[in-house]
Order: sequence, then structure tokens, then C-alpha cells
Amino acid sequence: MVTLPARFDAWFAARGWTVHPHQRDMLARADAPSLLLIAPTGGGKTLAGFLPSLIELAEGAQDGLHTLYVSPLKALAADIRRNLTAPVTEMGLPIRVEDRTGDTSYTQKRRQRADPPHILLTTPESLALLLSYPDAPRIFAGLRRVVVDEIHALAESKRGDQLMLALSRLQALVPDLRRVGLSATVEDPAAIASFLARHPDPCEILYADPGPDPDIAMLDTDAAPPWSGGGGRYAIPAVLEQVRRHRTTLIFHNTRAQAEIFFHELWLQNEDALPIGIHHGSLSREQRAKTEAAMVAGHLRAIVCTGSLDLGIDWGDVDLVIQVGAPKNVKRLVQRIGRANHRYNAPSKALLVPANRFEVVECVAALDAVTARDLDGDPRGPGPRDVLCQHILIRAASGPFAADDLYAEVTSAGAYRALTRAAFDACVEFVATGGYALRRYDQWQRLVLKDGMWQLRDPRGDLRVRQNIGTIMDTDLLKVRLRNRRGGTPLGEVEEGFAATLTPGDTFLIGGQIVRYEGLRETVVEVTRRPDKPPRIATFMGTKFATSTQLSHRILRMFAQDDWPELPDSTRAWLHLQRAASKLPEADRILVESFPFLGRAHTCIYGFAGRNAMQTLGLLVTARMEARGLHPLGFVATDYATLIWGLETVDDPAPLFDGAGLRAAFETWLAGNAVMKRTFKQSAVIAGLIDRQTRGQRKSGRQATFSADILYDTLRKYEPGHLLLDITREEALKGLVDFGRIEEMLARTAGRIDHVVADRPTPLAAPLFLEAGRVPVEGAGTDKLLADEAERLMEGAGLQITQEDARRWRVPF
Amino acid sequence: MRRAAGLDIERSMNFCDFDLCGERLRVLPTGAVWWPSARTLIVADLHLCKSERIARRSGQMLPPYETRDTLMRLDADLQATRPARVICLGDSFDDDAARSGLDEAETLWIARMQAGRDWIWIAGNHDPAPVDLGGAALDDLCSGALTFRHIAVPGAVGELSGHYHPKARLILRGRAISRPCCLYDTGRAILPAYGTYTGGLDWTDPGLARLFRPGACAILTGTRPCALPVPQRARA
Repeated sequence: MVTLPARFDAWFAARGWTVHPHQRDMLARADAPSLLLIAPTGGGKTLAGFLPSLIELAEGAQDGLHTLYVSPLKALAADIRRNLTAPVTEMGLPIRVEDRTGDTSYTQKRRQRADPPHILLTTPESLALLLSYPDAPRIFAGLRRVVVDEIHALAESKRGDQLMLALSRLQALVPDLRRVGLSATVEDPAAIASFLARHPDPCEILYADPGPDPDIAMLDTDAAPPWSGGGGRYAIPAVLEQVRRHRTTLIFHNTRAQAEIFFHELWLQNEDALPIGIHHGSLSREQRAKTEAAMVAGHLRAIVCTGSLDLGIDWGDVDLVIQVGAPKNVKRLVQRIGRANHRYNAPSKALLVPANRFEVVECVAALDAVTARDLDGDPRGPGPRDVLCQHILIRAASGPFAADDLYAEVTSAGAYRALTRAAFDACVEFVATGGYALRRYDQWQRLVLKDGMWQLRDPRGDLRVRQNIGTIMDTDLLKVRLRNRRGGTPLGEVEEGFAATLTPGDTFLIGGQIVRYEGLRETVVEVTRRPDKPPRIATFMGTKFATSTQLSHRILRMFAQDDWPELPDSTRAWLHLQRAASKLPEADRILVESFPFLGRAHTCIYGFAGRNAMQTLGLLVTARMEARGLHPLGFVATDYATLIWGLETVDDPAPLFDGAGLRAAFETWLAGNAVMKRTFKQSAVIAGLIDRQTRGQRKSGRQATFSADILYDTLRKYEPGHLLLDITREEALKGLVDFGRIEEMLARTAGRIDHVVADRPTPLAAPLFLEAGRVPVEGAGTDKLLADEAERLMEGAGLQITQEDARRWRVPF
Repeated sequence: MRRAAGLDIERSMNFCDFDLCGERLRVLPTGAVWWPSARTLIVADLHLCKSERIARRSGQMLPPYETRDTLMRLDADLQATRPARVICLGDSFDDDAARSGLDEAETLWIARMQAGRDWIWIAGNHDPAPVDLGGAALDDLCSGALTFRHIAVPGAVGELSGHYHPKARLILRGRAISRPCCLYDTGRAILPAYGTYTGGLDWTDPGLARLFRPGACAILTGTRPCALPVPQRARA
């Protein structure tokens, strides 16, 4: 057993702390080349990561940088610095700790390069920037350890891939570098370990005591959830009651729009004026900082929030997490639950609020999965090559390199271990010459080969490389400001696409306020306050998460049961009705229902492939229906089904799902798709083909969008085999298109299609009619129409709809 | 000689007409303007060799196919209209040095398109008119009731110019549409940029608005050109 040095022992004792077993384990294995710690939040994870560094540095023998700490959040880096200050000053350790992020001042950054601290806390982007300087070898010369925090979150994005390429470079500079990863609970720890470690080094995984099982349940409400939509408004009285009973509650939503609307409604019913705040990624930094500060100071009883609070600073006082809407993904649910009760060995308390009746099923399935500790996730595939292209540029900015050396470094990153030499060379060629068959840029090429070493042709090109570092893409966001207060704090940001749909006079919600759209001034959306008018349009889109494969399978397994005593009566009766009127979807077959409604032929496909894939399926199937003269008019997709309406009845759905034909249609459809253009733009910026446009310099995002679209069209027309088109395809398939899930659906159903013809909408299909597709919710008149429609539909399907249901508000996203 | 009605463009009926000082002008889907009575085709802002200039100036290596693409569309418009005269309204090259970015095949291609017709290069602000490519190089040109120059002169009448790259932006049932367009009123017309890699200036931009009288119209380029009134900017 490892013993702590005396002054550390004394320090722990003075605070009444004992060293956790996993902190000791980390210490015992401090010499391991790679080490992954999986620990629940609040388990002293960060200290476990830093303890070996503090002990090694306590001797005072280290000159310069010893430990590099990388986290996905700037705020986390600053927070850790404050937390490390306590042991360092209280034990009188000769250790300098500094952070370095995008917010660090220029002079501070310069000084850090000349005289690095012992422990440097930073982000993947700031690290990449440091590595782009020619003096990188000197800065990192004495480095011993690198600690990657929240590695489970980084591993899901290109930021993580960039970080791992940076580590491969660091490891080449400092071969003895030891890597430590700190992760929340994940479904596949081995995948994170191989992501972290230098390939093919082994990476031991340490598990902290996961603590007691969370105390998690569905929230009891007086009212039954509505048939469709995602707002969770019906549950507000019950949610307020819970807020009253707890110290601090986090109320998670899946999208920003839902968070805004829920927050608004919460305040309308908040008779005790409980202090409740809001926090999401579209709010301005100042607004978020204000909410965070109020939270830390203990002034708030609840925060309505989104994924923006999935990571970050520990707020010890949170004693309840409420998840509104289906969790979609069990792993994320578990991580969210962990935000409650950050004290070691105290159970986290969480409540689920299904937003509609179908989500009741999904919530029950998710509860079962949490109890069974059965987490989900999809493997990420090989490392993206646009990030590799940027890494090559960064490497070139720091000085000449040999292709052989860089290839060896790059393939030591787990995600790139299978990268072929040919694929690597193609990326170098692209970075150097543009990679075009038409050799037009020979005299302007970016990298040149001199004496076997690649280098920047124009040494001043390093500046441009640095300005373009990073993989985070601001989707075109516009700031929202109150009119006539141009110097004031922005209220937040909306997507440019949303702003484009507004006409003066439209009202929407942002930061919990109702505002009226007045106009666009340069790149600022100008609004005025209108608290008297109800908001007509739901706010901007948030990220649309798709229900995970594993959770979808659990739902299908529940459908196979004879009865569902675990479900509330309303949902249970609904499923029985569906079984009587049609059938329930099964895992190894596709259920297709056809029925007439309102003079239109309707076809409902239950694919359970997640929202993105079901949307793609809708596009593909309608294209094939069009080709067969079935005149489809439109469709709407949810996580489990796609509902298509058109003029002609589908008599035989089987040919619509023929796998080979679907793939061929997919190829054609994909090439011209807007998703591809959007992906192309992102990859083109990351790979360095076009410059990242910073807020200050860009004239208008639309103009930029336009030009990237033209580049895409031109490249497709004249050089369809170009590397960047290949990368675009690969990235689009992983992302929004989600064709992989369609393939999974086709594979598990293998052509077994059940076609049910009914004379009216079936119970399971009925809620789909109430799903808002891509059309924004209109004013109150539309709401009334919808409510009437809802009643008619539900009665048609043999269901009773309550007065409460009819009055309920829907949210489209 | 073929009669006008025998031209592909006349058969296709795919254009949008407007009148300027008594002359009938037709905007083609590409943004070229066809002046049938003078058998003249007018294009603005070709910006040939733009990718070459961008590579030289900023190091970005865009797909180097825009010159080929621009010439291809121009060639197709020539086939469809068989003009006796072509007028390029300036900024035909992205800058003076870009002229050297034309490769031999492209130079020959231009010479082939010039054969058997008058070709006029109006000087632009990016490029003086190229003197070594065949055709005549002029600062501006008067022909009948019409005047051709690169940058519109306030108060001019019967003027066709380029330079501004006007572009229409509008929302159709929640869908944002953005297309290069030809702006005109009773006194002048400003043509959209013809080159493949050209950005655009919003049609309601004050810089454009002050050149036009109230009631100006725009003809949007695209598969089917169509005319729309230019919206009044809500506020300056």
C-alpha cells in the first residue's frame, strides 16, 4: 500500500478527510504510461488525477512544466486552479499553477511560453495553439504527466481527436510522458482507454466505487401527459412542488426551445416567487455567468437548463435532478443524475418527467436500464481526416517535418491507428497543394518539400494556421440585443436560419423574456421587450438528440410483453388498443400501417432508428414513392416512426424498403443534400481549405454559406473524387444523416415487413399527427385548431381526450 | 444567316424581359443579358482566375475550376444567342496579374468564342481591360440609346453596368432563398456577377438603393428567371 508523504497525510487529517481507495490506486500506479480512472462525479476524481503531480512536485526539484491538465471547458480550468490553490498554499508547496485558455491575456500567454508554470491548465484548442509555435519543444521539455479531464465528453467530438493528435506530438517531444484520463461512467471503458493511450500501449482502467444506486423515479403528476409534443408543461405544478421540497433542483431539458418555454411557464405559475434561473448555450456568456454565480452563492432554488450543464463546476448543493422529456440516451441520463448530490457515497436523487405518452414508455425503459447499469452509446469510427489535415498544418507551422515521422506519430493516436499510409499521404498532399488533379497552384502551394522535409512555403503562413485552429464550429449564430441599447448586454444568440424566418412583429422567447423582432442590423437581431404579448413562435432549434439504439431496443422488448403493469393506466390502455386495432412493432420486423385520413392516404413506418435516421428514411422513401407515382405530399419523423401522407395508397410497401435500391437512392440523394453542404463547409474550415470567419470580420454568415455551397457544387462537378468530398461524405454519414441506423434497421428486419391496412389512424400513429414537423408553431388560432384536431383524432382512434389535453401547449422541436 | 426566332434562346422561352430606353432586353438564367435587336450579349464581372488570385494573396487553395465553369456557361449562352457582339462589363479578371493565370487551353477557348464577332472588354476596377486577348478594350461604350460601363454613374440614363454583384434574398414559406439578380428601373440596369466564385451585395443595400428610383425591380437568375419588386428597406 502506498503511503502519503507526511505533509500530505497531515493536510488530509487536518481537513478530516481520508484518502479514497481509488486515489491511492492512482498513486500506486503513478508510473503507468497510461491510466484511466472511471469515477462518479463527486468522487474526488480531480484530486486523484493531481495527487501524483503534487507529490512529485513537492520536492521542489522540478524546473518548468511538469503537468498539463486539459479539460473541455474553460470554466473548469479556472475552477480547478482555484481548487488546487488550497492544498498548494496550505501545505506550502513550491508549485506554480496557471490556466491558459482563450480568455487568458496576451501578455500572460507570452510569459507562459517563456516561463511555463509547473502545472498548466488548458483546453484542447489552446494546447494545439501552443504546439504550433517553433519553441514548443522548449516549452514542453520537462513535461512528465498529462491529465485529461471529462475524457468521456471529449471522446465524442472532434475536439477529442484534435487533443489526441496533440498528445501524439507531445509524446514525440517527451517520450516518457504519462497520460491520465478522468472519465464519468461510460458504457465502454475499453474504448475510452484505447482512445487515451499511445497505441499500442496498454492502458489500465481503475474504477472508483460507483457509490449507492441513484434514487430515481418518475414524477407523479395529477394530470396525464399529453399525446404528443415535448414541453412537459402539464407537470409544472408537480415540478414546483419538488423545487419547494428540495434545496436546489436542476431541471434538464433536451432542447433550448423547450427549456425557454418551460421556464416561461414555470414563472407564470410560480406563486411563491421561488428564485429560479435559466442556463443554456444560446444565452450570452454574461447571462450564463450571472446564473452560475447566483447558483454558487446559493441564491437559486432551481435552474432550468440543457446540456450546457452536463459538464462543469461542481455545485455541492444540488439535491435533485429533474429530467423533462425522454432521456434519449441512458448514459447521458446517468451523467445528469450524477449532477445531484456531489458528495461521495450519497445517492443522487432524480425524477423523470415524460413529455408525452409515448415518452412514458421510453422513460420506463430508461429507468430499467439505469437500474441494470446498462449504458448505451455508438462506437465513433476512425478519426476524422479533416482534423488530421489541420494537425498537419499545425505541425508545419511549428517547423519542418518528415512525413515518415509524422505518420508514425499520428498512428500512435488510438483513433488513427488504422489510418493507412496512402490515406495519410493524401491528407499531406491536400494540405500542401490543394490535392487537385488540375495542378494550378504549384507556385502558390502551402507546403513544399525541401531535403525530404515538409515546410510552409511562405513562413508568414503560420499566422493563418494559428487563426484557424480548432474544431468547434459556430453554426451561424446571430446576437440578440435590445434595440437602441447597442452597448448593452446581448440577451443571447439565435441561429441565423431561425432569424431568417422572422418578420418584424414576430415574438419569441429568449432568456425567459418575450421579445418582439424589430429587424436585423448588420449581424445583430434587434428586439424590443413585449411582456404583454404571448410568444407566437417557439425559439430557435436546439440539438436534436436521437434515441439511442439500445434504448430503442428496450422499448421494442417492452412492446413484446403481454401486459404492462409497470406503466400508468393511460399509457397501458393505449398500447392495448394498438394491439387490438393493429399490432405493436417488433424488433425483427418493420411495421407499416396504411390508412386514409382527411382525404389523404397515410403510411406510417415504425423503424425505431432514432429521429435523424427516421428523417433520412422519410426523405428516401418519399423519393421512391415519387418515382412510383404515389404522389407523396409530406412526412413527419420522430425517434420511432415516420408518417408519410400523399395522394395514392401504398398497396405494397416491400419494394420501398429493398435494401440495395434504398442505398442507391441514398447515394443520389445524399450528394445534393443540404446536410452535405453544411458538413462540407465545416470540414473545409477544419481542414484549412477556407478560413474560419471570426465574429468581427465576417460580413454576413449567409454570404459565407453561399460561397461554401458554390465550392461544393464546383468540386462535385469537376473533381468528384476529391479528398474533401470523401471526408464530407464520411462525416455526414456519421452525423445528421445517420444512415448507419437505417442499415441497422434493415439488417435486423431483413425484409420482414408487416403491412396493416386500417380504415382510420391507429392508436400508435395518432400522436404523429400532432407532431410539428419543420413548421414553426403558429399563433393561438393554430393552437386552437390543433387542439380541436387532437380531440377528433383521438376519438377517431378510440381514445378519450381530456379537456386538459386539449388546452396543452405544444413545442415543435 | 439564322433568323432570331431560330435561336435556341428564343425557342427555350426561358428568359425574363425588361425595357430600357425603348430597348427590349432579356435576362437569361445565367444572369447574362441578351439584347436581341442589336444581337448583343452582355455579361458583367466574370472574375476569371479568381482562385488563382486568392491563392496568391491569402494562400487558400479553392477548387481551381471556376474559370472553366464560367467559360462553359458563357460558351453555352453564346451557342444559344449567336450574338454579333459581346460586351463584358468589367472585372473580367479578378485582378491585373490574374490574367497570367489563364492557361493555354483557356486562352484558346476565349479566342474561339471571339471568332466571327465583336468583343468588347470594358475596363473594371479590378482589372484594366485586357489588351492581349483579342477584342477591343474600352473604358465605356455608347451604343444607340444605351451606355455600357463598369460602375454606375448617378443620374445616367440608359446605362447598363456591373460592379455591385446584386443579390436577392427573400423568405418563401420559411425557406431562405438567395440568388444573384439583375436590378433595373426606367433609367438603368445593374447586372449580376457572372463569374462562378462571386459573392453578392444585398439588393436592399443602401449603396444600391440610392442608384435606383422607387419601384425598381429585380430579375432573379436561376433555372427560371423571374421578376420581383425590390423590397423597400424597412430602416436604413
